[in-house]
Amino acid sequence: MTVDTKFHHGDPATAEPIVQMQNIEKHFGNIIALAGVSFDVRPGECHCLLGDNGAGKSTFIKTMSGVHKPTKGQILFDGKPMDFATPRDAMEAGIATVFQDLAMIPLMSVTRNFFMGREPIKGKGLLKRFDVEQANAVTMEEMRKMGINLRGPDQAVGTLSGGERQTVAIARAVYFGAKVLILDEPTSALGVRQTSNVLATIDRVRKQGIGVVFISHNVRHALAVGDRFTVLNRGKTLGTASRGDISPEELQNLMAGGQEMAQLEGSLGGTV
Amino acid sequence: MSDSTPLSNDERLKTEPFFARQMKRPELGAIAGVVLVVIFFSITADGSMFSLSGIMNFMTPASQLGILAIGAALLMIGGEFDLSIGSMVAFAGLFFGVCVVNWGLPLVFAIPLTFAFAAAVGAMNGAIVIRSGLPSFIVTLAFLFILRGLSLVGLKAATGGSTQLRGVRDAVEGDWLAPIFSGDALQGVFGWLAQNGLVATFKSGLPKVPGIPVEILWFIVIALAATYVLLRTPAGNWIFASGGDRNAASNSGVPVDRVKISLFMLTACCAALVAIITVMDAGSTDARRGFQKEFEAIIAAVIGGCLLTGGYGSAIGAFFGSIIFGMVVIGLTYTDFDQDWFQVFLGGMLLIAVLFNNAIRKRVTGER
Repeated sequence: MTVDTKFHHGDPATAEPIVQMQNIEKHFGNIIALAGVSFDVRPGECHCLLGDNGAGKSTFIKTMSGVHKPTKGQILFDGKPMDFATPRDAMEAGIATVFQDLAMIPLMSVTRNFFMGREPIKGKGLLKRFDVEQANAVTMEEMRKMGINLRGPDQAVGTLSGGERQTVAIARAVYFGAKVLILDEPTSALGVRQTSNVLATIDRVRKQGIGVVFISHNVRHALAVGDRFTVLNRGKTLGTASRGDISPEELQNLMAGGQEMAQLEGSLGGTV
Repeated sequence: MSDSTPLSNDERLKTEPFFARQMKRPELGAIAGVVLVVIFFSITADGSMFSLSGIMNFMTPASQLGILAIGAALLMIGGEFDLSIGSMVAFAGLFFGVCVVNWGLPLVFAIPLTFAFAAAVGAMNGAIVIRSGLPSFIVTLAFLFILRGLSLVGLKAATGGSTQLRGVRDAVEGDWLAPIFSGDALQGVFGWLAQNGLVATFKSGLPKVPGIPVEILWFIVIALAATYVLLRTPAGNWIFASGGDRNAASNSGVPVDRVKISLFMLTACCAALVAIITVMDAGSTDARRGFQKEFEAIIAAVIGGCLLTGGYGSAIGAFFGSIIFGMVVIGLTYTDFDQDWFQVFLGGMLLIAVLFNNAIRKRVTGER
């Protein structure tokens, strides 16, 4: 099975990585969540991090986005060692994370969600106010760029589909200057059509020169957009492969740790 | 998917008719309610209800409640409740009374002190709710009793055994700040209107309505200010966000705890303002002041379109909700109905409002 997609694929070998994580270890008490993970992401590429449940994906993202401090190892940002104290530091440096809950409020309009916590201001002193016209115009424009036609900027987020919400969250991160965009299982709860919309969004973002870290446990979704693939299993990376160097079956097996999957595949006829 | 998705012609989007768009405004229910109540009383009540003096008659209690209701509405949009505002009115009234009567402070000190004191109690309420993570319902229910009890105890201590503190009027007589917080405003305008025969007058030529009671002006100013803050400032966005989903809000950089504590302080200050106005008007303060106002304020906010779950509502809605309230309380005296129908009416309004709000919420979120 080869997966050919209409998505653009960059040439990741050329650029310098924006973020490099070297031999990251993270221990929680006597539990070793990450036992030496190396990972990097370059501008304009989509680097997929694959792993089954419990492989340490969440811990890894949280370490990268500044929620956890690594126990060992170092993080280089633009070639310099970085030490993020809070997620805000990471955000300000340009590492944006779109978590599964999306940080969206259904009852609020798309514009209000888009600028939540970062409202554009106009006026001075007592007349300092939320520049609603500007915010509406930016929201409509950014959403149009992502291929979503809003009824109006005051449309509530609750009326959007899951895929559209995901896209709003991505557009927001991009608009606020993300250099690296970490997407935590963006396609896990979506239907086929919505998934392809989100994958198309990832492709658009990558074309703007942003490094995308795409976390997933779905090999097909990863192969559809990924430029490089890293598999995480039991807190370790089992190496990084470039697109074309690895088959879906190999990826699947690496994720599951090999043996059981081979047996299963036999009995299910290769459909997993 | 291509980059050049056409902008306006999505075949699955129907253009929304004007009426359907208005249906989504949170204050719609309250405005519709005002219209219904006006129609009801136009038919059943004595015509004098909607004369100028009749309007002032029902707007005065509506304003006193409305100032509380707008504070309560902002707090509800921010996702919290304050059941202690009624008791806060009594407590702030006691503090204010002690300031002017027992300590003989001029208003220029007594009023800011009362606000600061109320804000401190509000901040304590808020801090307990935020730190403990308990529902504000329970925490402020405790304060409902604590503050009411303290008002009683404090009054007895301040007066030597009585539950009423008199002498406020004498103490504030002639104070230059008094006209801003008591009596009628714009008396000159009304006098001029009377001279020119534009408003009803007594035989002496004095206008029947000497001016607009100050609380009505406070009420309107606060409603406008609250609406402006909600719709046109970052703080307004933070209030909606904090009430909508506190995790999402704080992940996006909204200072949720600060927003909520500020709202508790604001609500307490609204209670203090009502206390100052009513105590100065009555010339005394007592322990039953503001009794059950917390429920009436929350009802007015809900009639105004605030969701009990937070994150949705409007200050203008609470404004009209309070006017409905005032009209019903006072309006029944202009009719042949038994006064006690008031409570039935109130409960019925609340029930209809909640059902209506629920339907609106589903429309707004598209609920699927």
